[in-house]
Amino acid sequence: MIEVNEKIAIDHGLKKDEYKKICELLKRNPNLTELGIFSAMWNEHCSYKSSKKHLKKLNTKGKKVIQGPGENAGVIDIGDDDAIVFKIESHNHPSFIEPYQGAATGVGGILRDVFTMGARPIANLNSIHFGSPSNKKTKSLLRGVVQGIGGYGNCIGVPTIAGQTSFDESYNGNILVNAMTLGLVKKDKIFYSKAAGLNKPVIYVGSKTGRDGIHGASMASAKFDDKIEEKKPTVQVGDPFTEKLLLEACLELMRDDSIIAIQDMGAAGLTSSSVEMASKGKLGIELHLDKVPCREENMSPYEIMLSESQERMLIVLENGKEKKAKEIFDKWNLDFSVIGKTTNSKNIELYFDKNKVANIPINLLSEEAPEYDRKWKKSKLPQKIKFTKKDFKNLKITDVLKKILASPNVCSKEWIWEQYDHTVMGDTIQKPGGDAGVVRVHGSEKAIAATVDSSASYCYAHPLSGGKQIVCETWRNLICVGAEPIAITNCLNFGNPEKPENMGEFVECVEGLNEASKYLNFPVVSGNVSFYNETKDKGIKPTPAIGGVGLIKNYKDMITMDLKEIGNIILVVGKTEGHLDQSIFAKEILNEKKGPPPEINLFNEKNNGETLLKLIKDKFIMSAHDVSLGGIMTGIAKMCIKGKKGVNFYKFKGLIDKFEYFFSEDQGRYIIEVKKENVEKVKKILEKNSNHYDLIGEVIGDNISVNDEPTLSVDKLTEFNKDWLNNYMVN
Amino acid sequence: MKSSVIIFPGSNCDRDMDVALKKFGFKNKMVWHNDNVIPKSDLVVLPGGFSYGDYLRCGSIAAKSNIINSVIEFANKGGLVIGICNGFQILIETGLVTGALLRNKYLKFICKNIFVKANKTHNKYFNKIKKDILELHIAHNDGNYFCSQDDLKSMQDNDQIAVRYCDSNGEISENSNPNGSIQNIAGVFNEKKNILGMMPHPERVIDNCLSSNDGSYFFENLLSNMK
Repeated sequence: MIEVNEKIAIDHGLKKDEYKKICELLKRNPNLTELGIFSAMWNEHCSYKSSKKHLKKLNTKGKKVIQGPGENAGVIDIGDDDAIVFKIESHNHPSFIEPYQGAATGVGGILRDVFTMGARPIANLNSIHFGSPSNKKTKSLLRGVVQGIGGYGNCIGVPTIAGQTSFDESYNGNILVNAMTLGLVKKDKIFYSKAAGLNKPVIYVGSKTGRDGIHGASMASAKFDDKIEEKKPTVQVGDPFTEKLLLEACLELMRDDSIIAIQDMGAAGLTSSSVEMASKGKLGIELHLDKVPCREENMSPYEIMLSESQERMLIVLENGKEKKAKEIFDKWNLDFSVIGKTTNSKNIELYFDKNKVANIPINLLSEEAPEYDRKWKKSKLPQKIKFTKKDFKNLKITDVLKKILASPNVCSKEWIWEQYDHTVMGDTIQKPGGDAGVVRVHGSEKAIAATVDSSASYCYAHPLSGGKQIVCETWRNLICVGAEPIAITNCLNFGNPEKPENMGEFVECVEGLNEASKYLNFPVVSGNVSFYNETKDKGIKPTPAIGGVGLIKNYKDMITMDLKEIGNIILVVGKTEGHLDQSIFAKEILNEKKGPPPEINLFNEKNNGETLLKLIKDKFIMSAHDVSLGGIMTGIAKMCIKGKKGVNFYKFKGLIDKFEYFFSEDQGRYIIEVKKENVEKVKKILEKNSNHYDLIGEVIGDNISVNDEPTLSVDKLTEFNKDWLNNYMVN
Repeated sequence: MKSSVIIFPGSNCDRDMDVALKKFGFKNKMVWHNDNVIPKSDLVVLPGGFSYGDYLRCGSIAAKSNIINSVIEFANKGGLVIGICNGFQILIETGLVTGALLRNKYLKFICKNIFVKANKTHNKYFNKIKKDILELHIAHNDGNYFCSQDDLKSMQDNDQIAVRYCDSNGEISENSNPNGSIQNIAGVFNEKKNILGMMPHPERVIDNCLSSNDGSYFFENLLSNMK
């Protein structure tokens, strides 16, 4: 075996002083296998070494939180002994290299995180971000990612119920693919990854181990050419069929209490799964690597420990349950092998052909992993842009609306979600394209709403405000379908943490999201950090993606955003101040990209949301939609498109300009449709709760009619909204 | 009425079909692909999904599975057999119904509501159905039905075209054809019309809170025709 030295350690992505620390802790030089294990456990992805300090501050507790961060996924209580397990995770770098497999295995990985905990996955979501549409790679990356997400989710039979897609040139060299899964489990049947008990068999199940994904980040060195002959692409290959079998087999084995601990082999494969289970249980673990089912010949211990082959699980079983467990995995045609046992050594001890090939105290891989207090730069709130009447001269509201509806970040994403099976499992009651996706809790009256959101431009302009804003938007989206928001999961996509500006963006976004999460009692129960999203030294815009989950106690109380009935009245709840900086209007129409993002007033946010939820429960609201990208006019146009109805706007009179009123992106606002006979009652309730509102129009037949401008047919608007992406992908 | 739903490894609409059949009054049993016999049944359903991963031609491995011989035997004796989506692909691979299902015309997976016009003559599935333009749901990659002109003619002459894609008014045209199927064919019968293979999923549209409730007409009508 190769003699390990500092150079090899650096090739593994370790820093000089990190390697020194390893030698000191071990009191000797590691061998190559051990070095591989250290580099996997000490890298950013597994150790959270740059982010840990800040993540510790997150608001993770709440009455409904059963499990916060630190497990395979978070768990929340939804009553009647039911619980929802959920998490979001990134798969950014692999998806840029190989979009189909990168995205597919992203979905596969997050599904495993959820069913590892005993939950049957009931919904998938995703947040995907691409470079500028004019970038030559964007189209093929988008196509590949969408097909990959669909290919995996459709095959395994879990509906993809919501998502988000954005385009921005900062992703030209580094796209983002974040996948989220929700699962349903009985509260007393949740499985955890903490091993317990000595001499318990450690079982390997699922697919065979191959050379795919071995130590992706660090295999560039030619030094290893003679050892690792086949440098397969570092992107893993997904097999949703095997995952489906693994899902069914695991859930079958989980029916009784055979399993003590279970962990999927995700990033850093067998290494992180075995170390984490033993570490949580304060135990040692002994593995015999020659017993690991391999797909390829002559795989070395190094390769076996670092392979990221997909669709594999590691289980600590009760003694005597091996036979029964094997029968289940045989039935589903999956590999099953007893590869080791738990020990009291507190070390991870690896054997290959009876030779000991590694022996590392487990605490060195977990507790002793480095933790950094990285330098970070505080950001300043940009100066507000002074827009004047002159800026809006020659503009027509209807023309602006057409342009915004056909802009890449606002246009309909039907081309994408029509390729995702969103109805399998037969419980989808709100499909993609609305404010949140909704699935019934099978066999009950309850339903679960889920959404995923991010707004990189706001976060880039001012990370603290952006972080707050995105949590609020998630909260609003859940309320808009009638769901009580319960908890969130976050996928924190940032640039290089070693650069103070990027680290500052991270620190302040997290601070902002934490502030909103606390205020709204909307705790973070799971998440993932993805750093080093940069190409040629240029980082992406900070993109925290927040996945929110809410509960609808009776699914019949769910509402949608499509306009329902001619004659109904349209109100905007929440105050419109006219903040245009960072809005789609400013960027697309006025070509102004500077300025601060809209301010967040958490009191109003909470107050408006809570009143709205009450109005929905009391059946006063026929349809609702939050005001987000493109402001009130864009929001109403989308409600028109969905409901195939029009709106006649009342004559505009206000203190601000009509363009500021209709296109500003002030936060904490909702558009609601109310029956004429209920308007007075609704007004009273809003007044009583100090919620600002404006009556702005009435639902009519087929047109949008605003001020004295020529009417705009909703059919035409629908085309504008839908055509951009269709045409982009076809041409 | 007793029904059986076959579970192949990779089936993923088996539970949905079980839920639907029970909702409309069938006594349903789930049957594992490795079994050799089907329990006594009045109806056998091959559900949707990706049997054996569909890594070869869709349905081709399921058509060689253990249980399939008894499905064929059951069908040959006149038993009612439905194949939905992947089940339709399997029926085609077994030769129980005629034709082929190619990759969708625009090479994309399609998941959406569509309308079909049902053929009400001489078959237990749609005869007397209260609504013959049904809003159902499709979710497939390979549903582009194709057959030879001779087969098409003989199927037409024998009333074997079961359902065709149409618009909400029942108009059958290229615009209402989601996947490029010849003659907008969404489903076919065998010669005796005891076997129905179709791409749309009636089991996903059985409640007003879902994307449509028209699947209910299908199941209610079938059950009443079987009695």
